[in-house]
Amino acid sequence: MRFLLVEDNESLASAILDRLQLDGHVVDHAPDIDTAAAFSGTTDYDLILLDIMLPDGDGRSFLKAHRGNRKETPVIVLTARSEVSDRVGMLDLGADDYITKPFDFSELEARCRAVLRRRGGGSSNLRRFGNLQFDPMAGTVSAGGKTTALRNKELRLLEVFLNAPDQILPKSKLVDRLFSYDEDVSENAIEVYVARLRKHLAGSGVQITTVRGLGYRLTLG
Amino acid sequence: MSAGVNLSGSIRRRLLAQLVGSAALLAALLFFAVLGFVRNVAEESHDRILLASATSILDSVSVHSGELTADIPYAALSMLGNVSDDRVFYKITRPAGTLTGYADLPVGGLPVPPGQPVFETARYKGEGVRAVTISRRLSVQGAPVPVQVSVAQTRTGQAALLERLSWSALYIGAGFFVLASALAFWSAQSSIKPLRSLTEAISRRGPKDLRPVTRPVPSEMSPLVSSLNSFIRRLQVSLARSEDFIAEAAHRVRTPLATVRTQAEVTLMRVEKENNRASLREMIRAIDESSRAAGQLLDHAMVSFRTDSLEQEDVNLTELARDLTERLRPVAELKDIALHFESGGAASVKGDNILLQNAVRNVLDNAIKYSGQDSEIWVRASCTGNQSCIEIEDQAGGFAGEDTEALTRRFVRGANAKDTIGSGLGLTIAREVAEAHGGSLMINDSHTGAGACVTLCFPSP
Repeated sequence: MRFLLVEDNESLASAILDRLQLDGHVVDHAPDIDTAAAFSGTTDYDLILLDIMLPDGDGRSFLKAHRGNRKETPVIVLTARSEVSDRVGMLDLGADDYITKPFDFSELEARCRAVLRRRGGGSSNLRRFGNLQFDPMAGTVSAGGKTTALRNKELRLLEVFLNAPDQILPKSKLVDRLFSYDEDVSENAIEVYVARLRKHLAGSGVQITTVRGLGYRLTLG
Repeated sequence: MSAGVNLSGSIRRRLLAQLVGSAALLAALLFFAVLGFVRNVAEESHDRILLASATSILDSVSVHSGELTADIPYAALSMLGNVSDDRVFYKITRPAGTLTGYADLPVGGLPVPPGQPVFETARYKGEGVRAVTISRRLSVQGAPVPVQVSVAQTRTGQAALLERLSWSALYIGAGFFVLASALAFWSAQSSIKPLRSLTEAISRRGPKDLRPVTRPVPSEMSPLVSSLNSFIRRLQVSLARSEDFIAEAAHRVRTPLATVRTQAEVTLMRVEKENNRASLREMIRAIDESSRAAGQLLDHAMVSFRTDSLEQEDVNLTELARDLTERLRPVAELKDIALHFESGGAASVKGDNILLQNAVRNVLDNAIKYSGQDSEIWVRASCTGNQSCIEIEDQAGGFAGEDTEALTRRFVRGANAKDTIGSGLGLTIAREVAEAHGGSLMINDSHTGAGACVTLCFPSP
């Protein structure tokens, strides 16, 4: 997916950039409203992540101008405030959702997915792997004319595998991606989800193989 | 409205008392002045008639063949009869004794110089009399003889007249008093009116209305209004400052936390060694804990700050709960928790939308946080009779009989909360908001017994 990140704090911006790129997304970074307007005027983004307190004004004014220009790109506001009134105001101005800093990236992903699903976009983000067709927004996999809806954890697990095909992914890494950090989960819990995912992938030619003592690997054929 | 105000009387009553008091004093003075004046006038005119009568009697005294004789004219006595029916006495004396009349009339005992009438008051035959004595010298056989005439009249008629005059004076005084009191009442009322209308204008304001007072007031009230305005301005500045402070504090705390958290996540994805990964996980946990604590402390500050002057708008609780459920659905889905929303009737409450959202969000947040994978949560908005309730039921194991009172105390957490990040303020906030709206928070075991059921109830508007 293609993101535009509007955030003035350099270190936070570069950390978010790193994190999103690790998931295979393309991210442009605008440190202020001017740059953001220039970027969004020339490039089509799947989603805009917008900070409120910016050096050349309020994120709200960008949001207003953005909606005024009949731009349909969904916007998720990154807010450091806790006041609900602020957030409600954002939604009134045309933001699709908001997330409070600091945020969990799986929550951000979930919110992006929800926003894109609501907007009906995301079909351009269909991913193919062999016979498998994966729609991350709808959360469905299709293979051989059969479409299956994935539950959230299965979907995220599949995304992790598809981002790193043919690589061995240790169980501990998968646990980190699937569970929040305050949950005490044993590494064996991952086996349940891998088993479920394997069932959904049956017949697609895509396989998740166990590499004994090391982890799992997604392979084609 | 005067609750908690230290009262020291009423301006209107004091003003009225002062004005009516002065009116009474003035009326009394008027009464006595009129009374004194008419009494003087009556006395003086009576004296003049007495004098005229005495003069005409004295004129009738003449010398006939070396003897003093008096031929008292009828008119001299009848003019006194015109004044009243009082009895009249007279005597004419000369140095040798009484010539004629009532010799025992106890007036004119001393020789009176001619041309200088002497008026006196005495008692005669058991009655008070007013008398005048005048004298003249007549030449009897070549020698001057002083002749004195005294005329006296009883005072019954005059007393009656004086009584009539006194009543008139009393009526005048009383009339003055009644009129002045009515004017005093009106003037007290009208001088208090600007104060009353200012009070009304200020007490009609909503809790967030901090505009300066601009309505025209009398010049005497302008110091009061200008200090009130400067007070309002200070309050506004200080409120804005605390609101800004809360927002600024949140910003300052959260942005660096977000940086650290994101970097830790990035590093965790790159690092292979299990030891390092464990520390990074610990780090992220710590960050989550502090950011949640900071968030709830700020929320709590905001709640205390806003409950002080509670806004009173109509809030649709059903809509509010539905929105929040949708808002938190992505978070619930991360744990494959099925979030259900059920609505039974239009629940609504009069209050502060922001606070109510905060309360419901805190309870729902809690439910999601403590729920296990693949569990279910129900959010129900209902309206029964005079109560609107939001009920949040989970399957997270419940609070094992701990009481609501203990769980909603600040920084107290349920026994099953050990492994979950939290600050122990969520339920406190929810309860404080509920109570500020005249409602309550209840914690029970869920219907199925698999978890807890937190209910926020508010009186319907």
